[in-house]
Amino acid sequence: MSNRDVAVIGVGYTTFQALTPDVNWKEMMFEAASEAYEDAGLDPRKDVDSFITCAEDFWEGFSIFDEFTPDQLGAVLRPMHTVSGDGLQGLASAYMLIRSGLCDIVAVEAHSKISELLTFEGVVKLSFDPVYEAPLFETAHPYAAAGLEMRSYLEASGTTEEQCAAVAAQHKRNAFSNPIAGFAARIETDDVLDSGYLFDPLKKLEIAPRADGSIVIVLASGDVARRYAKPVYLEGIGWSSDSPWIASRGSDAPYAARAAEQAYRKASIANPQKEIDFAEVDDQFAFKTLQHLEALGLARPGEAGHLAEEGALGRNGHLPVNVSGGSLGCGHLMEASGLAKALEVTLQLRGEAGKRQLSNARVGVAQSWRGVPHGTGAVAVFSRRD
Amino acid sequence: MAEQTKEYRATLKPEGVRGKSIRKDELREVPHVTSRPNAKYAWAAGVAMSRFLDELKEGRIVGRKCRKCARVLVPPRMFCERCYRQTDEWVELPGTAVIETFAVSYLDTDANRIKEPILVGVVDLDGAPPHCGFMHYFDEMSPDEIHIGMPVEAVWKPKEERDGAITDIRYFRPRRK
Ligand SMILES: [Zn+2]
Repeated sequence: MSNRDVAVIGVGYTTFQALTPDVNWKEMMFEAASEAYEDAGLDPRKDVDSFITCAEDFWEGFSIFDEFTPDQLGAVLRPMHTVSGDGLQGLASAYMLIRSGLCDIVAVEAHSKISELLTFEGVVKLSFDPVYEAPLFETAHPYAAAGLEMRSYLEASGTTEEQCAAVAAQHKRNAFSNPIAGFAARIETDDVLDSGYLFDPLKKLEIAPRADGSIVIVLASGDVARRYAKPVYLEGIGWSSDSPWIASRGSDAPYAARAAEQAYRKASIANPQKEIDFAEVDDQFAFKTLQHLEALGLARPGEAGHLAEEGALGRNGHLPVNVSGGSLGCGHLMEASGLAKALEVTLQLRGEAGKRQLSNARVGVAQSWRGVPHGTGAVAVFSRRD
Repeated sequence: MAEQTKEYRATLKPEGVRGKSIRKDELREVPHVTSRPNAKYAWAAGVAMSRFLDELKEGRIVGRKCRKCARVLVPPRMFCERCYRQTDEWVELPGTAVIETFAVSYLDTDANRIKEPILVGVVDLDGAPPHCGFMHYFDEMSPDEIHIGMPVEAVWKPKEERDGAITDIRYFRPRRK
């Protein structure tokens, strides 16, 4: 009986930057992919059984993006498909390919070349229901939808604006110890509070700036992974999508709670607060960090804001969160955001996180959310098992 | 059997309406919204294509050579997709070629029938191994004359009209000795 465990055996990545006019997206992806294969000691032309890219045509600007990915991943005339979703949903596909026995080694790529989209708001508007919601956003900015979700979360959980601001400041400071992060800043809670309302109660410095970058993660079955010095096991993964009707959604990120339930069940995690050592969660908007931590069961409802205030979510706190800098400090990588979280968890579990390395990191969780106006999220649990 | 679905269908389309075809003008009477996407992009050409486009402006065609498979990639790429390694050097090509394949198009880009057909095809560039070339137009030849293996040469726009685009080459014509 072969070992159908799933483990990360290679990672590759570019830096995350606001602008990347020097390279095209293919050259950017080749950089990340070739590093991942080198890291795994593999020849993609022979050793990788299947390839996955996570991309959304409207972000890229041309249709059927699948067709443009084989060259730079080493996937020409090989099994290849695109997941029109976040990087963690791509990892989920790879997980299934390996668990089912169809493949032993699968490469997952996700990227952002969002700087090349000149009308970001225009494309976000296209993701609202065309008949009912889109006409309402003809005048308001689509991120107003994040403002109304933040208000209902603050109201329901008792979280304060100061607590959300503390998160934003923390993540931007964390980014200083991450060499690939593009948006580190030495700021305090007051700086965030003073940055001005864009979508009251949401403030300017609580919104993750967009960034370009590419990440590739190579996964393998347990049999293959055993040959590696530092395999990081993908113990469980889950994903779920809420209704697209904004008005009928809860304020507690139920998509993340459901995705976590599924991932924890697979990973045999009964008590996440006890069993998970650190987390990289979606923080496209600062309040989302707190809302997601509560949905993931890493804090009680209404508790995450207090943890942020007390410094418990910092690198030396009892639940380190987004020590990478998160999307607020690294930049928001669109569909690659989830892979950025998985990358950080992997580096921490390998002991390769440099200046921001956590001590005793054994089990980590990565979580993603597809952003306004979506209600889709995914959760992945990783461990180092030694 | 499937009672709920039957009921649901009935709420969508009352009896007697199913199967009735509607005319185009009736379609406009149906409640609907119209919208035009506001989606604009500016794609960076990248390291290889930027050089390629710059060289076209000067009337030169360049490719990137992969030493492992000996192919010359035109348009150039910074990596070889077959060998999965970076390409090694820039190669300048003479601008002569032979026709590898072609099609005679009797419709224009908007599907209108045209009197003078458009000749499109793939050229195999001299100075590069077989199957190294690109797509382009052919002209100064008739649909009866064009054939696979036909020697051709690039016809360039005047220098002052070139703007660093693949259309700086207007088309390929029969090679003149
Ligand atoms: Zn080659």
